[in-house]
Amino acid sequence: MPTLKRGLTLLVTVAVTLLGLLLVTFLIGRVVPIDPVLSALGDRANADSYAQMRTQLGLDLPLWQQFLRYVGDVLQGDLGTSVLTSRPVLEDVLRVFPATMELATVAVVIGAVLGVPAGVFAATHRGRWPDHAIRLLGLIGHSVPIFWLGLMALLLFYAKLDWAPGPGRVDVFYEGMVDAVTGIVTVDALLAGETDIFWNALQHLVLPSAILGLYSVAYIARMTRGFMLDQLRQEYITTARVKGLSETRVVWRHALGNIAVPLITVIALSYAGLLEGSVLTETVFAWPGLGLYITNSLLSADMNAVLGGTLVVGAVFIALNMLSDLLYRLLDPRAR
Amino acid sequence: MTARTDTPSAGWRDWLTTDTPQSRAQARLGRAWAGWTAFRRNRLAVAGLLIVLALVVVAALAPVLAPYHPYAQDLNGRLLPPSAAHWLGTDAFGRDILSRLIHGARLTLMIVALVAATAPLAGLVIGTAAGYFGGWVDTVLMRITDIALAFPKLILALAFVAALGPGIENAVIAIAITSWPPYARIARAETLTVRRSDFISAARLQGASSLRIILGHIMPLCIASLIVRTTLDMAGVILTAAGLGFLGLGAQPPLPEWGAMIASGRQYVLEQWWVAAMPGLAIFIVSLGFNLLGDGLRDVLDPKGD
Repeated sequence: MPTLKRGLTLLVTVAVTLLGLLLVTFLIGRVVPIDPVLSALGDRANADSYAQMRTQLGLDLPLWQQFLRYVGDVLQGDLGTSVLTSRPVLEDVLRVFPATMELATVAVVIGAVLGVPAGVFAATHRGRWPDHAIRLLGLIGHSVPIFWLGLMALLLFYAKLDWAPGPGRVDVFYEGMVDAVTGIVTVDALLAGETDIFWNALQHLVLPSAILGLYSVAYIARMTRGFMLDQLRQEYITTARVKGLSETRVVWRHALGNIAVPLITVIALSYAGLLEGSVLTETVFAWPGLGLYITNSLLSADMNAVLGGTLVVGAVFIALNMLSDLLYRLLDPRAR
Repeated sequence: MTARTDTPSAGWRDWLTTDTPQSRAQARLGRAWAGWTAFRRNRLAVAGLLIVLALVVVAALAPVLAPYHPYAQDLNGRLLPPSAAHWLGTDAFGRDILSRLIHGARLTLMIVALVAATAPLAGLVIGTAAGYFGGWVDTVLMRITDIALAFPKLILALAFVAALGPGIENAVIAIAITSWPPYARIARAETLTVRRSDFISAARLQGASSLRIILGHIMPLCIASLIVRTTLDMAGVILTAAGLGFLGLGAQPPLPEWGAMIASGRQYVLEQWWVAAMPGLAIFIVSLGFNLLGDGLRDVLDPKGD
């Protein structure tokens, strides 16, 4: 049963990686120069309640026991309480996560819709100017600070041209008017039958997701180009051409069809990267997602929230990485 | 045609391009020359090299080149648009933006140099050790590398800075800690390709220690791919450092760090756009320079990759 064995290996890898992530966030939490007892009790705690809280938080135990306790807490969904919002961190994270997911999902769709054709085009025009132009555009895309591009886009499209709405997920006027069922405003608005709000939310989504998506266009285009070049060299392509199939059909059906599987893994990987990249984009566009939550918590030294957020992003990131690996093995018969 | 080969310049060119070099130095110089001629043909790569050199020159001569002191405030000249007196305008404290950008080049160069001097070195040591010794050393080191590789870099750097406290040194540490794993993977892969070579066996039979073989015979062969990867990564390092500065976690005011300068211009961006736009352009040009240079170096030094 090689498939079963591979599956088990993957599962163990995921578990070990997650444990490593937990170890890192645990150690970061220990070296922070903020006293967790004081941040729970306030600065004016007396010695007795200080000692009591210390025991309660398990800080008198040896380090490895503290770690086990931490792992146990996290597995039960306890990421501690946020000092800033005085709510459980997990609750906060679940509330803001859909906003990030909405942004990253639209961004990855934009990245794939632009990136894949660009890569195919570059491969079919290898060494000629479209290839160079796409390569240069990719390098440019990887050199622009995304937060700066966001600011400049707001300046141009919002302030000067008035084509796009300002920061935020909907206009202030519509804020809180639909119930959060999924937490994804566009979906919630449709569920509530509020088409006005849906269009407004969609307009707000365009600029931040386009900026974020541009970042993955370069990567997706580059990988597509590489995969395509490998395919176009092969004999079945020559056969198809000799048979008299149109070039469009050869390139877009035969060759592209054969790279679908590695492409899916690349897109899944860039999706993981976008979840992370949303931190800076969200800050610029006042997008109330996980990135904004983490940075706001950072600036107010709310370590439970920072580490909880880091853990969630990390876990999703690792899960997407492993999922793309799994998808590749499941979909590509050669990898079995 | 024959007249040309008689010119003195053809003499040293022949000496460099000969296929029968007389000394080790001549062979090395000849290879470097061949690399340079290949590199020179890539115009974009040369542009990248010029940008990076310009960064170094500007950083070195910052006090001479900057028309004003980077901290000199002029509250009567706040938020002035670009003009003859202030080529790139002034910021909210009336400080000359061009002068601050010029001095900020030093910070950028420092960040790049510190990360480039630490992370690839750590990766090189870990990767060559894993590849050379194999067995359980390889398994343990590569497991750790794979785990570290699976972490989200920017978020982890944020968490590290949160733990260590904001500041430019801590930003550098956080970036270095999160960026070594790819270097370890590359170094290991390179080591595996040469580990079983005859010249390694010969060195071992002559009694060379493992340390000597790794340092003297394996590491030099890993350098080329590591340089390419490091150069390409430097753009990312600049962007991450600027991002940390933008979030208020990197260099602290009044330091003229480019990312922090964008953050300080953010509230004026709709009216006084130049305060935020200029530092962003600087970041963009410099990281584009590193990307172009790395891209060109890859073609010359590492034709296998990509």
